[in-house]
Amino acid sequence: MGLVALLAIQVLYAIASLALISVGLAIIFGMMRVINLAHGEFLMLGGYAAIVATSHGISIWLSMLVVAPIVVGIIGVVVERTIIRFLYGRMIDTMLATWGLSLFLVGLTTAIFGNTTVGISAPLGSFQIGAYRTSAYTLFVIAVAAVVLAAIFAVMRWTRLGLIARGTMQNANMAAALGVNPPRVYAITFGVGAALSGLAGAVLAPVSGVFPTIGVAYIAKSFITVIGGGAAILTGTVSASALFGTINQIATFVTTPVFGEVALLGAAIVLIRLLPQGITGRFFRRGL
Amino acid sequence: MRVNRRTFLQSTAATAAAGMFSSSAWAEDPINVASIHDLSGGLDIYGKPMVDALTLAIEEANAAGGLLGRQIKLINYDTQSNMQLYTQFAQQAALKDKVAVVHGGITSASREVIRPVLGKFKTLYFYNTQYEGGVCDRNQFDTGVTPAQTVEKLVPHAMKKWGKKVYVIAADYNYGQITSQWVKKYVTENGGEVPSIDFFPLDVTNFGPTISKIQAAKPDFVWSALVGGAHISFYRQWAAAGMRKSIPMASTTFAVGNEHIVLSPDECNGMLVCYNYFQDLKNPVNEKFVASFHKRFGADYPNITELAMGTYQGFRLWAEAVKKAGSVDRIKVIDALETGISIDAPSGKVTIDPPTHHCVLDVHIAEVADKKLKVLEDFAQQKPADTAAVCDLIKNPNDNQQYVIKI
Repeated sequence: MGLVALLAIQVLYAIASLALISVGLAIIFGMMRVINLAHGEFLMLGGYAAIVATSHGISIWLSMLVVAPIVVGIIGVVVERTIIRFLYGRMIDTMLATWGLSLFLVGLTTAIFGNTTVGISAPLGSFQIGAYRTSAYTLFVIAVAAVVLAAIFAVMRWTRLGLIARGTMQNANMAAALGVNPPRVYAITFGVGAALSGLAGAVLAPVSGVFPTIGVAYIAKSFITVIGGGAAILTGTVSASALFGTINQIATFVTTPVFGEVALLGAAIVLIRLLPQGITGRFFRRGL
Repeated sequence: MRVNRRTFLQSTAATAAAGMFSSSAWAEDPINVASIHDLSGGLDIYGKPMVDALTLAIEEANAAGGLLGRQIKLINYDTQSNMQLYTQFAQQAALKDKVAVVHGGITSASREVIRPVLGKFKTLYFYNTQYEGGVCDRNQFDTGVTPAQTVEKLVPHAMKKWGKKVYVIAADYNYGQITSQWVKKYVTENGGEVPSIDFFPLDVTNFGPTISKIQAAKPDFVWSALVGGAHISFYRQWAAAGMRKSIPMASTTFAVGNEHIVLSPDECNGMLVCYNYFQDLKNPVNEKFVASFHKRFGADYPNITELAMGTYQGFRLWAEAVKKAGSVDRIKVIDALETGISIDAPSGKVTIDPPTHHCVLDVHIAEVADKKLKVLEDFAQQKPADTAAVCDLIKNPNDNQQYVIKI
């Protein structure tokens, strides 16, 4: 019984962490059609921001939940203003530019922080379920993911900002004709996507540690989740995370982490073959 | 004898030419030594201290007048944790730089990449990392410890302390695969059992399901042969789940990359390791070595690792053999090494074992205690018995393979 409960928490955790690392990418890709290959590096920068802030005496919660998203959000806006905005509608060019950006950020962080793994201990300690123990931080990550997704839903569904953003993404010219300033919307959206990536990187930093090339470990999974999810940003991310997270975690538990990854990738291939438009291309089509 | 202008010019030109020739070809020409290590990327936690130790060893040798009256030049290649670069740089070192010896390779995978290259181009190779044992190649010398020297000692020590049921987790390439089999062999021989061996690719960072699995298996202790920066997160997640206090851990890799300094004491205190060298070893040679190392690289240098010492000792053994051979010629140096060259190193006496090209050396069991490694037990002059069981290069000098343990 304890083991089943523990496994359920692990599965929820896998879903939550997939959703967290993907949602920033989903916003940038889903809403702006920009393939951001530097997404993994945004996560990495979030991790470093949190660790640097913590080592300067800021409380770990403040560093993770406030400092990291703000820092990476600002970096995101700067990147959008200086690079991305010249390349809208040119998918290959944005891929090349963001790939270059990714290499640059890896090089820069290596030069500043050195190429060693840094990290902070996970706070909150552990708790007991039956005969088993697990980290209470796992529950915290699940809670953060739930809050982030709920907040995105609320903003998109019920605020004027969300309405304008959705309208601009659907038809930028029409939105402009109605008095919206699309470049500003793009900059804000990109910044928000980057900030969410920074938050995810910071929240996962105590679990996985941070080193300059850790983005590589995240980026493939987040792309698979976003593509598997399909056009609807929120429902897509949630449904794809739920599917892949469950498969990955259960396969890992039954066999080994290697087969866990294989099962995840296998599921993604089958999914894209059956549903080329992603899950939300067929189901939950009216979702956000 | 009459010296006219013509004969004077002739003789001085000849002398000058001879002088130039000899100086460029012999007296002033440095001996090239190649270092091929990962100085960036995920494995640099191992590579940097190794190159620092090699740098110091070469500077010491040069300050003492060099070798055979020639200075030694270190040619440093950074393989960036990328296997392809190992092939490329090994070829460059052998063909372009024409080095007398290559010191390098960190993971067993990288060693198996450069070993055939250096064999083909007849360039002497020193592999200075503790590894899974079994390489039998006349062109290669191995100065690191192997499972018969460490695992064989640490398994009974840990089983006596904690119990008989051992869960093994290991990195998923030849090192982890083979080492975990050695662990299983020694655990079984000591009357214990290994319920499971789990392998992890080097980039895995999520160990949640594994930690649940280990709890379900209820071992008396866990044996880690995890490798590299990403795997450090296992120890963090293990401690965060509150497991460190209930299930202890022993390792063949922990602290080799200074993990005990990166992690907080709360995450790794009490872990047992077994190596040839620890910075706090008490002997005059080591105290002198640590002092000069700190003088060269700063007193705040985090820790002189097992691999750094392997590299330092590897260079010293090679230098000793060059002196004995009176030449840097590959075959002459190998012959000299095969006489059983011996040095008084900071880790104690280190002697080349001629049939295996491995080393006879001291090993110690230590415990992680507040970012330090506290030595608990010493074992003097351990032979590489694992490799010796299968490899005899004196009888079969043409043997060239890595033997793998069969259970």
